[in-house]
Amino acid sequence: MTTKNQVRKNLYFDSVTLMVASSAMRQMEGVINAAVMMGTDHNRDLMTNAGLIGPDTPPFGVNDTVIGVQAQTSQAAEAAIAYFDTFISGKKSAAKTQTQAHATSLPGAKSQYPSTNFAVISVPGRYARAEAEKALGLGLHVLLFSDNVSIQDEVELKEIALEKGLLMMGPDCGTTIINGTALGFANVVRRGKIGLVAAAGTGLQEVTVLIDQLGGGVSQALGTGGRDLKAEVGGRMMSLCLEALRNDPNTQVIVILSKPPAKEVMADMLKQLETVDKPVIAAFLGGDPSMLAGSRVVWADDLEQAAKLAVLAEQGNPIQLPAYDSKKLEHLADTLCAQLLPGQTCLRGLYSGGTLCYETMLLLQKEGISTWSNIALDPAWKLPDGEPSRGDTLLDMGEDFFTNGMPHPMIDFRQRVERMECEAQDDSVAVLLLDCVGGYGTHQDPAGELAPAIQRVKEMAIKAGRELVVIASVTATEGDPQVRSTQIQVLEQAGAVVMPCNAQAARLAACIIRRQRQEGKE
Amino acid sequence: MNDQRIQQLFASQLAVANVGVDVFCDAVQAQHVPAVQVDWRPPAGGDVRLAQILAKLQNLPDNLIEKANREGFARMEAGDPEWTGMVYAHEVLPDMDRYTIGHAGPPLTWEEMCGPMQGAVLGAIRYEGLAETDEEALKLIHSGRIRFRPNHNVQCVGPMTGMITWSMPLFRVVNKAFGNVAFCTINEGLGKVMRFGANDASVIARLKWLEQVLAPALHRAVELHGPFNLKVIMAKALSMGDEMHQRNIAASSLFARTVLPSLVRVIDDQKVLGEVTDFITGNDQFFLNLAMAACKSICDTVKEIPYCTLVTAMSRNGTNFGIKISALGDQWFQAPVLMPEGLFFPGYGPEDANPDMGDSAITETYGIGGFTMGASPAVVRFVGAESVQAAMDYTSSMYQITQGSNSQLTIPTMDFRGAPMGIDVRKVVDTGVTPVINTGMAHKKAGVGQVGAGIVRAPMDCFTQALEAFAQSLHLA
Repeated sequence: MTTKNQVRKNLYFDSVTLMVASSAMRQMEGVINAAVMMGTDHNRDLMTNAGLIGPDTPPFGVNDTVIGVQAQTSQAAEAAIAYFDTFISGKKSAAKTQTQAHATSLPGAKSQYPSTNFAVISVPGRYARAEAEKALGLGLHVLLFSDNVSIQDEVELKEIALEKGLLMMGPDCGTTIINGTALGFANVVRRGKIGLVAAAGTGLQEVTVLIDQLGGGVSQALGTGGRDLKAEVGGRMMSLCLEALRNDPNTQVIVILSKPPAKEVMADMLKQLETVDKPVIAAFLGGDPSMLAGSRVVWADDLEQAAKLAVLAEQGNPIQLPAYDSKKLEHLADTLCAQLLPGQTCLRGLYSGGTLCYETMLLLQKEGISTWSNIALDPAWKLPDGEPSRGDTLLDMGEDFFTNGMPHPMIDFRQRVERMECEAQDDSVAVLLLDCVGGYGTHQDPAGELAPAIQRVKEMAIKAGRELVVIASVTATEGDPQVRSTQIQVLEQAGAVVMPCNAQAARLAACIIRRQRQEGKE
Repeated sequence: MNDQRIQQLFASQLAVANVGVDVFCDAVQAQHVPAVQVDWRPPAGGDVRLAQILAKLQNLPDNLIEKANREGFARMEAGDPEWTGMVYAHEVLPDMDRYTIGHAGPPLTWEEMCGPMQGAVLGAIRYEGLAETDEEALKLIHSGRIRFRPNHNVQCVGPMTGMITWSMPLFRVVNKAFGNVAFCTINEGLGKVMRFGANDASVIARLKWLEQVLAPALHRAVELHGPFNLKVIMAKALSMGDEMHQRNIAASSLFARTVLPSLVRVIDDQKVLGEVTDFITGNDQFFLNLAMAACKSICDTVKEIPYCTLVTAMSRNGTNFGIKISALGDQWFQAPVLMPEGLFFPGYGPEDANPDMGDSAITETYGIGGFTMGASPAVVRFVGAESVQAAMDYTSSMYQITQGSNSQLTIPTMDFRGAPMGIDVRKVVDTGVTPVINTGMAHKKAGVGQVGAGIVRAPMDCFTQALEAFAQSLHLA
């Protein structure tokens, strides 16, 4: 075994780029472990503990790129380092050919391009506050993608923003659509009269995509970050966003998406909404319609309902859904159950979108199916990090445990694919649930990444003498770079059942599991 | 609740600055929306506290810093230095006696001085006739009789060791736009010279000749001709391939062409005329000291503007590097000086070199020298830059830390872009880009002289200290 390390002076890359390169290097033949990181103290510790750097590593600082490779042979190690160089030079030449406009600091960007009015910030958490504060100081609206920002900093940033009348979306806000432009992880949707504000990133993606599917359109889709409606933050940004949508002449319908707000925040919000003369639809996932008692706000059970109600309102129809007809779903479940063995009674869901995982959990619960999860509704059902799935399990693979040192599962599918194979080996599993999220910022071909794995897990099941039902939904539009219909086709060809939206995928899964369990009893 | 600016955003073209993961920038551009990628790096070597100070400064009400910096920049633009004659140090400098020695860089004691600086001091004491030998000079120093002070504090600058003593002749440069004055010594030429720490009899003899022969002649030439405008010479020289720190051949030639007609008319003695013209035309770096005085006369006008974060001085004493910033007046911010990287004269190597030294970084403070390397393809080989493109890259990177570009000094090789001017301490800390300086290298042993030339960076610590002190002065840190 050999360890090689190199230091590239004054060469800076963002951590996503380096993580993608590192994980590809780790998969190379003969490579035992590999990492490329910026030379921060934290990374120094990580790489030292991993044995990737040692006393003879050249000195380095925070602006230097450090490469460490452990391999069976020194050729393998050198090949991995060579791979990194090719990877990086590819990145660089791509940047050059696009003649991407560059600046070295936010103030520099603003002075070079004075029309700049918006900042998207995704620096490591500990620097995020400073960058966001700078952006606000420059009069820019902010989408703060970074997480690991303290709640105190969040409150202070939002205070500054409110004072200046600027949007401060985040921290930990992944999705927004401004003037029809998708920012962060967001989709290309038709423009229209529905204005949305959400404390749930993939929730906002799912609803905007569904609105587009249903023929509706979006004026603005704003994010607040997941903690905005907690008591500490007090719904500061939600309140400003609602005010903006109320005054926006192009917004005729308002949609709110969130987990249930803190009680006092809810009260303030309802008070603010009293004077809004546009229809308001709210999906407070995990809440109860009684929360809206006495207000004109229309309750939506889930993301699908929120989208449907919003489109009805946009088209000037009564904001009421027809009674739910489950016949088609039951019929489909019948066909699928016919392939399964009686002992297959469990489901597993692997999600890249946190809100999609959460929505599924709620829908299953309503159907009487409690699930283990890393983001469980009830702490008693929390699946400890690193443990294998048990019974019915839903995992949000965008959570810290999975993303620590790895890119987000919407960008890098390796962890999800590995986990799919684990789940498929369990002979009690009947259904594997997957999301497939497209749009800008996400992987250029998520279905293409999932399809071979779907084929593989289905073959594994067949070899073991059973079938495995894979149910997926695609959060993407025809206008997205990935193209919805193409993604669906790829998944279907791989053998997945593709449902029109996440809620329906969850309902179908519930239907199958209930039948399998009844059958077991009979 | 005020949502006017959000309504404005909804009604206007979105234009994005992306800080961090570049995929998000590509995505915006793919949607045909303007986006600029900010090549973000952890500010100030990853110091979160400094990052937050920068953010707080950005949020000061009324754009106070930006306004102050614009004022500072405008003063630099307006600067109009003229050479108005020769003076002797004791005639013009405040609080001066024969035992006062001005040196380059921030203040330091005899014990802290590097070899060349000590060598120069011993020579300077002998030059003033205070001691016959180095031993006697040393005695004087140890008795505490000799008083050291930075040139910068008395409107002066001097290259390398920067010795300024009682009898020394100085160029007097007046910034006509503001009426302030700056002084610099006469360049001694190459070889064994006091600025590199040499101090033997030939060095002292040359200094005496400068004092007694050259200076009076130059002064009479100015009297005859009237003041010489220096910015004009600097602008022309920049377009002729000088960066005016390590390369001054064009500027020196232009200067000679300008001054010789007057000189020949004021020197009657043919032998003296021969010596004087030989000296001026035989020293490619003759103009450097005039450029330094010109830069000093301009940078001094930026001092003490409240809230102004522009750098007004960068200088090195061979031990420490020091800077001053406008808002904090004459306070020095120091850090150990770095070692230049560059090329060595035959027979010398890195082990012979003394760390960076001299007040000549006043040229970079104004925005020439290392900042205009891109104008000077010919200096590239001399200072050991990798290529002409590398020289342009150095210049390009300096725009990231400066307030603007100089409308009068333009760089032909870079599409006549103005030289980067007005170093903003905030930008240095924010971008992690430190000023680049072209410099000569002295031998670390006193008396040997110049061993090479190269490129050195101003140490980041000076800038972080200055930024912190500035924030403290505003009660922000």
